[in-house]
Amino acid sequence: MTTAGSPAVATNVGRPTLGGRRFSLDWIGVVPFLGYAALFLVLPSAIVAFGAFFDANNAFTLDNFTHLSRSYIVKSTIDTTTVSAITALLGAALGAILSYVIVTGSPTGLLRRIVISASGVLAQFGGVTLAFAFIASIGPAGLVYLFAQSHGFDYYAHGIWLFEPIQGLSLVYLYFQIPLMVLVFLPALDGIKPQWREATESLGGNTWHYWRHVAGPLLFPAFLGGVLLLFANAFSAYATANALINQGQPMLAQQIAGALSSEVGAYEPGFAKSIAVEMIVIVTLVTILYTQLQRRTSRWL
Amino acid sequence: MDALVAAAKAEGKLNVIALPRDWANYGKELDTFHSMYGIDITSDNPDGSSQQEVDAIKQLGGTSRGPDVVDVGMAVALANTTLFTPYKVATWGDILDSQKESTGLWFQDYGGFMSVGYDSAKVPAITSLDDLLKPEYKGKVALNGNPKQANAALNGVMMASLAEGGSVDDISKGVDFFHRLKQAGTFVPVQATTATVKNGTTPVVFDWDYLSAAHGKDVPGWKVFVPNSAVLGGYYAQAISKVAPHPAAARLWEEFLYSDQGQNIWLQGLARPVRQAAMQKSGKIDATAAAALPPVNGTPQFLSPDQATAAKNYVVAHWDAAIS
Repeated sequence: MTTAGSPAVATNVGRPTLGGRRFSLDWIGVVPFLGYAALFLVLPSAIVAFGAFFDANNAFTLDNFTHLSRSYIVKSTIDTTTVSAITALLGAALGAILSYVIVTGSPTGLLRRIVISASGVLAQFGGVTLAFAFIASIGPAGLVYLFAQSHGFDYYAHGIWLFEPIQGLSLVYLYFQIPLMVLVFLPALDGIKPQWREATESLGGNTWHYWRHVAGPLLFPAFLGGVLLLFANAFSAYATANALINQGQPMLAQQIAGALSSEVGAYEPGFAKSIAVEMIVIVTLVTILYTQLQRRTSRWL
Repeated sequence: MDALVAAAKAEGKLNVIALPRDWANYGKELDTFHSMYGIDITSDNPDGSSQQEVDAIKQLGGTSRGPDVVDVGMAVALANTTLFTPYKVATWGDILDSQKESTGLWFQDYGGFMSVGYDSAKVPAITSLDDLLKPEYKGKVALNGNPKQANAALNGVMMASLAEGGSVDDISKGVDFFHRLKQAGTFVPVQATTATVKNGTTPVVFDWDYLSAAHGKDVPGWKVFVPNSAVLGGYYAQAISKVAPHPAAARLWEEFLYSDQGQNIWLQGLARPVRQAAMQKSGKIDATAAAALPPVNGTPQFLSPDQATAAKNYVVAHWDAAIS
C-alpha cells in the first residue's frame, strides 16, 4: 500500500501551487490507511446501521430497535458486559503482574522467551478448541474433575459453574486475555529505565514514591489501553462462548448469530443488525469513558 | 432419463451445501453419485444450517459457486419457495401428497422420530422423560443445538411437551420441562456433538433417532428411546435452486436420491426415506437396514407449518429465560 502512495508524494511534494503558496501534500501518505479504514470499518458499520432500519421484506421500520428491550436481549447485554468487564480488569491486572515478573528477570533469559512465545500462541487460542479443552479437562466428564471427585473433592457439588455464563466464560476467556495483556503491556514496561529508579532513590524517594510519581503515571495509560483492548476482545468473542454455552445465548454475538441463522423461522436480519448497532454503541461508550479517564489521570498523576 | 444423464455429464459438476458426511449417510450418497456418473461434487459448508443454504442461493445465485440443490427443514422450505424451481422425480407418485408441494417446488426426502439417546454404560436406562429429573442424570442431558435456531432442538422441546401433557399446538410444557431439568441441575447448555458424546460430556441427548443411532459407532452402549406418548416425526425436504448453475446435474442428483438405491442409502444411515412404505410393498427395501431402525410404538404426530410457527414464536420469547 505504501508503494501505491509514494510516487504521488514524490512528484507532488514541494510543487508550488496557486499564489505561490506551498500547499502541504503530506496527508497523501495516510490515504491508503484511510481508504483501508473506510472500506473495512466505516463502510461495514454504515451498512449494518442502515440495515437495522429495515425488516425482512425491506420495508422501513423502527421495530428492530424496540425489540432490543426483549428480556433475553437485556439479559445478554448485562451478561456480555459483565463478562467483558471482569475479564478485562482481571486479565489486565494479572497480565500486568506477570509482565512485571518477566521484566525484573534477565532480558535474554529463558523464562522471558518462554513466556513471550507462549503468550503469542495462547493469546490467539480461542474458539471451539479452547472451549472443548476446558470441557474435556475440568468439565463434568473431564479428566481433572473425575480425578478430584474420586478423591472426595466435588467442585461441581453446587452446580456446574463451568456452564454458567459469568463464572464459566470468565474463566475460559482469561485463558487468552492474560497472554494478550502480556503482549501489549510488556513493551511499556520495557520502556521503564532502571536509572529512573536509581534517580528516585538518590533523591531520597522510597518504593512508594517511585511507583506513585514515576512508574505509575508512565504505565497507567498503557494499562488503561490494555483494559480497553481486552474489553473489546471479550465483548466480540463468539465461537468460544457458543461452544461452551450454546443454550441461553449469554453473549450478544450469539444473539446476532441466532437472528441470522435460525432455521426454525426466527430469521430476523434487521434485528441482528440492530443488536450489532447496540454493540457498537456500547464499545463507543467504553472508548469515550477510556479517553475521559486517561485525560483525568494525566491531570491527577 | 438418458438425455438427462447426458446433459448432466456435459455439465460435469454439482454444487451441494450443508450436507455433513455423517448425517443420514450423505457421505455414501455423494460418493456413489460421483462414481456412477463421473460428476464432480463441490460440497460447501457441510455443517451449515438450512437458513444458510437459502442465504447461499440469495447471495451466490447462478454464479459457478451457487448451490444447485438444497436439503432444508420444512420452515425454511415453506418460507423460500420463490427461490426454487419445480421438478417431479420419476418416483413422484410414491411420495404422499402431504409430503410434497403439488407442483414440485419442494418434496420431502427423509426423516425420523424425535428420541432420547443415552449411553447405557454411564446412566441408568430411561423409561420415561421424568427419569431425567433424577440426580443420577445431573449435568448429563443436552439438546442437539439451540431450539431458537436449530430444527432438531425445537422438535426436541416439542417432543418433551407431548410427553409432559402438552400437544402439537402447545410447546409450553416442553419449555417448562427443560426449565425443571435446569433447576434439577441435569441439563447442560453445551451443544451435543459427536465429540461431546464420545468424551462423555453429554451422555443423554435429545435428537432425531437416525442421528442419535449413529453415535452407536463411537459409544458401544448407546441406546435410543422414543417415548410411547410422544412420537414426533419430522422430515427434511429437497428443492432445486431456480438459478442452479448446473440444472441438469441438479435434476439427476434428485433422480438418484429418489431411486431405490438412493433411498436405501439413506435407510442404511438409519434415516427413514420418504418412499419407505412404497418400497416395502414392492420389496425393493433393504430389509436388514429397515430392521436396524429404532423401534417406535404409538401414533406418530407431525407439526403443521402453522403449529411449527407457533412453537417457534413461543420458544424465541421464553427459551433463554427458562434455562438460565
